[in-house]
Amino acid sequence: MTAILKNRHVRDNVFQFTFVGALLLLIAVFFITGRANLEAQGMTSGFDFLQRTTGWRISFSLIDYSTSSTYLRAIIVGILNSMFLGAIALPLATLIGITIGVMRTSGNGMAELLGTTFVEVFRNVPLILQLFFWYTLLLAMPSPRDAGLIFGGIALTGRGIYIPGLNVTGGSVFIVALVLMAATALALWLGAKRWPALHLSQASKERRFLWVGFALLSVLVLWLGRIPETPLVSMPVQKGLNFKEGIRISPELMACVIAISIYGAAYIAEIVRAGFNSVPPGQSEAGHALGLSSWHIFSRIRLPLAIRIVMPTLINQYVWLFKATTIGIAISFTDFFMVISTAINQSGQTLELIAILMGGYLIINYTIAWVLNRVNDAIKLKGTQLRI
Amino acid sequence: MAHADQNIGSLQPSALMHIKQRYFATRFDTVITLICAALAAWVLWGLINWALLDATFGANRGDVCREDLHGGACWSVVATRWRIVLFGLYPFEEQWRSAIACLVMVFVAVLSCVPWFWSAKRLPILWIAGFAIFYVLMRGGWFGLVEVTEQNWGGLSLTIFIFAAVSLLGMPLAIIFALLRRSKLPWIARTMALVIDTIRSLPLLSIMFTFAIVLPFVLPGWAIGDKLYRVIVGYALFFACYQAEIIRGGMQALPAGQEEAAQALGLGYWHRIGYIILPQAFRNALPPTINQFVITFKETSLVTIIGFFDVMASGRAASGTADWNFATIEMYVFVALIFFVFVFSLSRYGAYLERRLGVGRR
Repeated sequence: MTAILKNRHVRDNVFQFTFVGALLLLIAVFFITGRANLEAQGMTSGFDFLQRTTGWRISFSLIDYSTSSTYLRAIIVGILNSMFLGAIALPLATLIGITIGVMRTSGNGMAELLGTTFVEVFRNVPLILQLFFWYTLLLAMPSPRDAGLIFGGIALTGRGIYIPGLNVTGGSVFIVALVLMAATALALWLGAKRWPALHLSQASKERRFLWVGFALLSVLVLWLGRIPETPLVSMPVQKGLNFKEGIRISPELMACVIAISIYGAAYIAEIVRAGFNSVPPGQSEAGHALGLSSWHIFSRIRLPLAIRIVMPTLINQYVWLFKATTIGIAISFTDFFMVISTAINQSGQTLELIAILMGGYLIINYTIAWVLNRVNDAIKLKGTQLRI
Repeated sequence: MAHADQNIGSLQPSALMHIKQRYFATRFDTVITLICAALAAWVLWGLINWALLDATFGANRGDVCREDLHGGACWSVVATRWRIVLFGLYPFEEQWRSAIACLVMVFVAVLSCVPWFWSAKRLPILWIAGFAIFYVLMRGGWFGLVEVTEQNWGGLSLTIFIFAAVSLLGMPLAIIFALLRRSKLPWIARTMALVIDTIRSLPLLSIMFTFAIVLPFVLPGWAIGDKLYRVIVGYALFFACYQAEIIRGGMQALPAGQEEAAQALGLGYWHRIGYIILPQAFRNALPPTINQFVITFKETSLVTIIGFFDVMASGRAASGTADWNFATIEMYVFVALIFFVFVFSLSRYGAYLERRLGVGRR
């Protein structure tokens, strides 16, 4: 017996077997106990409940949803809301973050001071606190009765922000979003695949042609998808105690967007700054020697190099920021997580819903990471370009 | 944009030259400086007006604030109700214990910044001792102290308790996870990688929620435990998965020769890990580790959503009553300042360490 245990190979296998076995056993215990508890409550496990109607309301939804919709539809509403929030907040965070990062590396003392203050204030306070803060501020705006229109079409009220909208069907907006995504992907692909072969001006001409084409296509789709017998553009109008027409952005969504994009921007600014600092000074000196203007040195040399350097870190940051959107539940923005937790309360199908939650976040996060990693592969410096 | 001028001439620049170069190097720079200065002045002026000039100070002056038409801050809410923010529902006569307990943990955190404590023996002893003192002071029941159960803990002391418990539990777990993940046995390494990657791609909130609400449902009755401790275990697991990757990164940065040399000298696995690999890995991983602690401290505030009365939730409660509900923003600013003091000093310390150790430059 001891001889067997002294055999390294046997010992290793026993160790591996025990480790994996213990993990599987733990999962089995969860599963069996969960089932037993379910049966004690007289419920059946399985995913049949997804076809039942929910009976509860969701305050914000991109697709049609009512209390007689199914659980499946509610979950889809939640996923879409989460992705919608991410799709607005993440690019916004990138934009603000790059601006602040550039300010902090500009060499201008005043800009650096402002940028540093921004980063230190917003990075050192928890996201949830910032969310509550913005939400309180938004709710404290004047009531719709007292609010006026600014720029003739925007109303800031305590019940939400009203902006002009288009009277078009949801389907056509969706198609336009797809078209724009395809355009971006194609432009990136063109830039990545054919950049070394093409002359620079020729490539930019091609890209301009591409953008104009896609823009025309988007306008066409929107025109075809307009709701009959209404004006194309609907402006918010004050009617009685509230605003009618236009698009209402709820304070919940607005607070989430502001909080996540500012908090994310503070982190992205730091990443961008590190990127700029690791572009060797020889690069911009060479640009000066060639007589390029400051703007060209920035936009053609330092920014492209910095973005390529920080891309892997940025990808992690995006995944992390997307996970941070779950915070919306604190002010009851109906995202994926909130739909799941409401559904658990209402239906009691705990295990199945948690599995859906985890599966959903795994898929979304891996997709974000996968897509961005492909982008990174396409734009990163290769071979002889590496001598930066 | 001032790079062009930085290298012109090696003459010793005077203070005036320096200012010109930093703020007014080119016409474009001048414009930027003026815009930024105007923006800064506007924000600063608004802040000073709100927070100082138009503000109301002193305890129990809520009625003054209510009638105040200037719209300045009402710091009276902080002066009146700061105890709730710091101590939550802790019994009034016993709050000195909570205060001392917090100070002990802060002291422990400061001490662990002293290099003398950076050894595999001293640091754990320091933290376990500090945590034990904290727990005894808070919980009572011994040494003639009145017992106060965890249900009555709250405010800053609960935040510090969760943070300390997560760190204490999470750090050893992280080391174990990192070692298992780089194990030479394929099944162990792969399973561990799967577990770590899965947990890392889930939001912390969903993990806390699962441990708080769902776990009692799938655990046998004897293993359920208190909700607070379940959340701490869940958070520690999440922390450990992130920290394990940081430690693994530190290990990967080590030259392979280190471990090979130790092997050639005939050191066993545990000696190699304990004396050669881990000390150097931690040194490599020090900046991201501190960053991880910073994030962990900030994100303890998520327990508010699960229904705990931490410093964030008690701040909301302090201004949530009918006579103070107009002063919510002031309370948020106060709680934000508390967080800022902790998080800012920790992250400054991290930046200092990074410079001192020269990590990243070797």
